[in-house]
Amino acid sequence: MNYESVIGLEVHAELATNTKIYCSCRNEFGLDVNTSCCPICTGMPGTLPVLNKKVVEYAIKAGLALNCSITREGKQDRKNYFYPDLPKAYQISQFDLPLCTDGYLDIEVNGEKKRIGITRIHIEEDAGKLIHSVMGDESYVDFNRCGVPLIEIVSEPDLRSAEEAKIYLETLKSVLQYIEVSDCKMEEGSLRCDINVSLRPVGSDKFGTRTEMKNVSTLSGTQRAIDYEIGRQTVILDNGGTIDQETRRWDDGKGENVLLRSKEEAHDYRYFPEPDLMPIVVSDEWIEEIRATLPEMPDVKKARYTGELGLGDYEAGIIVGNKSMARFFDRCVELGGNVKAVANWLQGDIMKVVKDKDITFDDINFTPEDLNELAAIVDKGTISITAAKKVLAKMFETSDKPSKIVDELGLAQISDEGAIEAMVNAVLDQNPQSFEDYKNGKTRALGFLVGMVMKESKGKGNPQIINKMILERLEAYKNS
Amino acid sequence: MSLYEKTIHELSHMLKAKEVSSVEITESVLERIDAVEDKVGGYVTVSKESALEMAKAVDALIASGESLSDIAGIPVAVKDNICTKGIATTCSSKMLENFVPPYDAFVSNKLKENGGVIIGKTNMDEFAMGASTETSYFHLTKNPYDLTKVPGGSSGGSAAVVAADEAIFSLGSDTGGSIRQPASFCSVVGLKPTYGLVSRFGLVAFASSLDQIGPMTKDVTDCAIVMNAIAGHDKMDSTSANITLPDYKSALVDDVKGMKIGIPREYMGEGIAPDVKAIILNAAKKYEEMGAIVEEFSLPMTDYALSAYYIISSAEASSNLARFDGIKYGYRTKEFEDLTDIYAKSRTEGFGSEVKRRIMLGTYALSSGYYDAYYKKAQQVRTLVKQSFNDAFAKYDMILSPAYPNTAFEIGGKITDAVQMYLGDICTVSVNIAGLPGIVVPAGFDSNNMPVGVQLIGKAFDEMTLIRGAYAFEKNTDFHTIRPSL
Repeated sequence: MNYESVIGLEVHAELATNTKIYCSCRNEFGLDVNTSCCPICTGMPGTLPVLNKKVVEYAIKAGLALNCSITREGKQDRKNYFYPDLPKAYQISQFDLPLCTDGYLDIEVNGEKKRIGITRIHIEEDAGKLIHSVMGDESYVDFNRCGVPLIEIVSEPDLRSAEEAKIYLETLKSVLQYIEVSDCKMEEGSLRCDINVSLRPVGSDKFGTRTEMKNVSTLSGTQRAIDYEIGRQTVILDNGGTIDQETRRWDDGKGENVLLRSKEEAHDYRYFPEPDLMPIVVSDEWIEEIRATLPEMPDVKKARYTGELGLGDYEAGIIVGNKSMARFFDRCVELGGNVKAVANWLQGDIMKVVKDKDITFDDINFTPEDLNELAAIVDKGTISITAAKKVLAKMFETSDKPSKIVDELGLAQISDEGAIEAMVNAVLDQNPQSFEDYKNGKTRALGFLVGMVMKESKGKGNPQIINKMILERLEAYKNS
Repeated sequence: MSLYEKTIHELSHMLKAKEVSSVEITESVLERIDAVEDKVGGYVTVSKESALEMAKAVDALIASGESLSDIAGIPVAVKDNICTKGIATTCSSKMLENFVPPYDAFVSNKLKENGGVIIGKTNMDEFAMGASTETSYFHLTKNPYDLTKVPGGSSGGSAAVVAADEAIFSLGSDTGGSIRQPASFCSVVGLKPTYGLVSRFGLVAFASSLDQIGPMTKDVTDCAIVMNAIAGHDKMDSTSANITLPDYKSALVDDVKGMKIGIPREYMGEGIAPDVKAIILNAAKKYEEMGAIVEEFSLPMTDYALSAYYIISSAEASSNLARFDGIKYGYRTKEFEDLTDIYAKSRTEGFGSEVKRRIMLGTYALSSGYYDAYYKKAQQVRTLVKQSFNDAFAKYDMILSPAYPNTAFEIGGKITDAVQMYLGDICTVSVNIAGLPGIVVPAGFDSNNMPVGVQLIGKAFDEMTLIRGAYAFEKNTDFHTIRPSL
């Protein structure tokens, strides 16, 4: 039988706040073991949580970017379970009143737009990390990650393939990075997802029984994990079996999943409202303040680049895909720069240096104004493209304006027609044979003459003007 | 009169007049502890050396002419569920027998800032669960008025050491009556402040939405003095109220003329001992003589409040006490097979039976399928209880009642019957459920010469009226002057 797969994702993203969600410990990846923890995040007796307001702000920002309704009075709940990486033996999360609900994210599948529903976004704290000894007989706990703020973004079961899930995840990642609430570095564990998969006969509108898969932590892993689970369920159904509602664990190394717990073994988390925290009250004014800080979303930006600005789909995609480049580009455009020229510079020579130096477009030491000026100088014909590349190289090193660099390096082109005409006359006088050659179809003569004039001008003559002037003379002779 | 017998305000005057030093006061109290602690058993830890160091430091400040708070240089005992940096904080449990917190509770810090001399940590019912201090893992605490009787609980140690003059004052905590009932049993003044008035940071949580720390003192003046030292906003406690604080000493006025006082019929009905009832009615009469208007009224929801209390407090406790799992600190079982085994054995061996009973009760109440019937229903009752108090306070400035239906009972007398023990809490739990302040002041003695306190309940954050009411009563009676003979 042919099956349609129905997929929903629960994505956990670590928020890039300076401090943790309920204490003032630093929120930073890669610190030495147990150097960013305190009595509060290690759950010592008598300590109390105090909510970091930035966490709420970031979650609301994500909610607005994903077109959600924002809850005006939210609360936090305790999710109770025992595990050594959870020092309080409960995780503070949100149960029935998440901060954000009913949103969506548009993704592009094979050139077509598809809308994926967002059920909810809630805030919660991360747990610590267990470190197992090499011999396997001892385990240790690193509490640095305890209390790192997370948002959990739950999608509707709107995805229909592993490919769609991957695109959804990529798009979601770029949105979260765009609004600067999360680094979304899957390799550092700052973006993780649980995957719900079910199958149903093509054409059916009823959902099949779903399984939940945990421990998926890479983009490619997501795709492989879903394909594996679709395959596993297909075999069971094709053999007349039924799918059990269960939680499975993805093993990325082995490329397979194993049963973690059955429905009967599911935890009873005994959620109840966290009595140590007050309700989260969100005012309309606050929401509007946060909304005002939202940048243009990637899809809207790309549409503007390809529409209004007339960039090609490919180059628009490249700029949108690099946040700091897009920021630089937008500023150039705002200042009235030559859109196409600036786009070319950014994706070409500048991108190369940025990559080589392993920096971002925020770190380069010339401004969008400077780049616009460089493009304008080229447009005016003051310097050639070749010279402009020299100027650009210099711009990376000094904070001098391009015009100053042009002067200093003596790169200005001679565009004065009188001066050029004199040189052209001199060269033509010395090479009368060229007129005959050109008339006889040897068009190479043109290139030769232009080269001679360029040499005469010590490379500063404007090649376009020289070219045009010589061509006119040769054509005139040819037609005479 | 020995120094240890005096009140905060008496000693504070003497200190300021340089008639006595803090070291002398502290030594006097330490000698008293040496003399009677064997009989009373109010302490888990006596921190003699650090107390004398604190006393010396205060004396140095006094010598340098520094102006000091009223509690500066005064020995204070702290209930053993309030974290004290560097001093064991056990909650009278095997689970935390060796737990020394690396931080101070907000109130411990406040005591230190104000120059208080922390002299020791007091015995209590394990994790504050109990009404007799008999569930302590360590030892019994005896009632200084009759050593065969309990001091009440859970702040039994804090009440007993003040009654026995083993501390000038103490701090207790009150989740369902744990300051007020032992205050009544031991003839001291005990105030459970409005929820949110005193920070809970560093108080090892029993039931987070009910717990409050409060003073236990020899008289009402001392109560006001301690409130001035420990009340106030704490940004480390999200449930701490950010309000402008009054000077509680300004409420020490002997005048209740025109004050309207209600006595809830439900607190005076069946089950209340005749002697207790008579003493409470006498107190009411006293208020009338002083010019207050006293009348009986009905406070509905009282019966339900008790059930709601046990569900909510146990549910929160089941979660709050889950962190004691044998992994990070506290007791860990010696032998185990695997992780589940560490959890099960450490908790089985580390907790006493009353604590385990409440954890099981609370876990059950929160379980899926039972949540709506128990926890949710209890929260609905809570709303109704608050409403019934609001209605009462539309008519009355204060509510007057017993703190407990009986006087102190025999050691071992009730500990075997949990339900009997729970039913006694009927007069106190509603106050916690509604988050209101309640004060208990000595109001008499029964036919066996055991003390009885009268409870005054006030509007939220209206401690001023309670202190005024209690102060006027104390001024016009002499029950607080009758001390136990040890």
